[in-house]
Amino acid sequence: MTPLLSVQGMTKRYGAHIGCADVSFDLYPGEVMGIVGESGSGKSTLLNCMAGHLRPDAGQVVFDTRTDGPRDTVTMSEPERRMLGRTDWAFVHQHARDGLRMGVSAGGNVGERLMAVGERHYGDIRDKATDWLGRVEIDAARIDDRPTTFSGGMQQRLQIARNLVTGPRLVFMDEPTGGLDVSVQARLLDLLRGLVRDMGLSAIIVTHDLAVVRLLADRLMVMKNGRVVEAGLTDQVLDDPQHAYSQLLVSSVLQV
Amino acid sequence: MNAYNFAYLDEQTKRMIRRALLKGLAIPGYQVPFASREMPMPYGWGTGGVQVSAAVLTPEDTFKVIDQGADDTTNAVSIRTFFQRTAGVATTTVTHDATVIQTRHRIPEEALGEGQILVYQVPIPEPLRFLEPRESETRKMHSLEEYGLMHVKLYEDISRHGHIATSYAYPVKVEGRYVMDPSPIPKFDNPKLGDMAAIQLFGAGREQRIYALPPYTQVVSLDFEDHPFEATKADHPCGMCGAQDSYLDELIIDDAGGRMFVCSDTDYCEARQAAGHKGKDAA
Repeated sequence: MTPLLSVQGMTKRYGAHIGCADVSFDLYPGEVMGIVGESGSGKSTLLNCMAGHLRPDAGQVVFDTRTDGPRDTVTMSEPERRMLGRTDWAFVHQHARDGLRMGVSAGGNVGERLMAVGERHYGDIRDKATDWLGRVEIDAARIDDRPTTFSGGMQQRLQIARNLVTGPRLVFMDEPTGGLDVSVQARLLDLLRGLVRDMGLSAIIVTHDLAVVRLLADRLMVMKNGRVVEAGLTDQVLDDPQHAYSQLLVSSVLQV
Repeated sequence: MNAYNFAYLDEQTKRMIRRALLKGLAIPGYQVPFASREMPMPYGWGTGGVQVSAAVLTPEDTFKVIDQGADDTTNAVSIRTFFQRTAGVATTTVTHDATVIQTRHRIPEEALGEGQILVYQVPIPEPLRFLEPRESETRKMHSLEEYGLMHVKLYEDISRHGHIATSYAYPVKVEGRYVMDPSPIPKFDNPKLGDMAAIQLFGAGREQRIYALPPYTQVVSLDFEDHPFEATKADHPCGMCGAQDSYLDELIIDDAGGRMFVCSDTDYCEARQAAGHKGKDAA
């Protein structure tokens, strides 16, 4: 089986400082990978390098494209990479404001990716937008409201709808539940889990919240100081952490 | 008139502008940066158009200026006088006598022919400006032909108003490649942009951009399949000349709700009146 995404020797330096160093892993179709670690451990740098937002200093990101099979997205041309970014890839930002157009209605936000790939029928775009708002549990009556009038949780769900409307195969998520209160987090996780299972999505989730990866991720990587210190099945890593830092991380979670 | 170089600008500046114009003509719809000069008029009064006119004028040219279609409004009169004084060229208000026409916000009703140049004054050359404020990003979007965002604007129009409510500066796609802001002409004029015999040059002074449409260029107004582009005008005949097919200005004529509709193109209206056409409000 061909991995959907294969990362080899990913390294990003900020001058003398290491962002992430020599990270390698494979992600298979339908698999959800969690990346955990403390602030500054290089999680987001790694994610941005994989998603093409940052240019890595070394390494490959080989993605199994629909048309041409496995291609290295780091060396592919910018138009191709941006095309991937709005078709087969999706990126969910931690802050919904970074991923949404705040001056454009909810329907326009969801429709943007459709129009970007050439959809030119208003009625169809609107139907799809309505359908997707329903799937992320936003009232269809809010379709013409701007995201500025939405609550934080709704904004985050709208961002997810906007990203998934073109049926991507790989979703990058950067702290998707950050900044939300626990009950809203729980509903969002529930929703994400449903979408990931229904659509057969592969996802890479960066978070510092172990509960999120426990619920969503099949596999886990623990990062510290830009390096992967432990990797394995989620339950295995969380229940029987081997590395000292993983043990610290797991034991730091408050048991309520 | 020896105090100024011909047409005010020095020859090096005109040369620089002509190079930008040639590049613009070679890549229809592409915004060419140019070193816009300080002109003796404020930004927003047509400094871009004036610089383009200065660069293309020759002593043999006949010059016409229109502002919202009219030859006799402040902007038109001042720019016409400016080139009368600094270039000494002949001026006219008759569209078919002019070789260079500088315009603000209209295309003349009368079809332009080969050998004529239409110079537009452009306030904001970037059609994506209000959707994507970062210039670095819009340039990238142009270069990679990522124009989905332009349709988001039209989508928002329909969702809010039930139809595409953008009525001026209506975005167009040039030769299937660049999306271009046609300057704030009414969308009624959009169909005239395409396949025009005359050369069309666009100058934005404050924004320091020049773009151009060579003769007989394909220009398509953006739309949706189920909401096609429509060139709209006020649904009245002209009150002065009775024309049914021209773009109209609505004038308030008293404080009791009285109004009349007249051609915005004064030369077109006067020519029709001289030919004996009469509208219902004509004296």
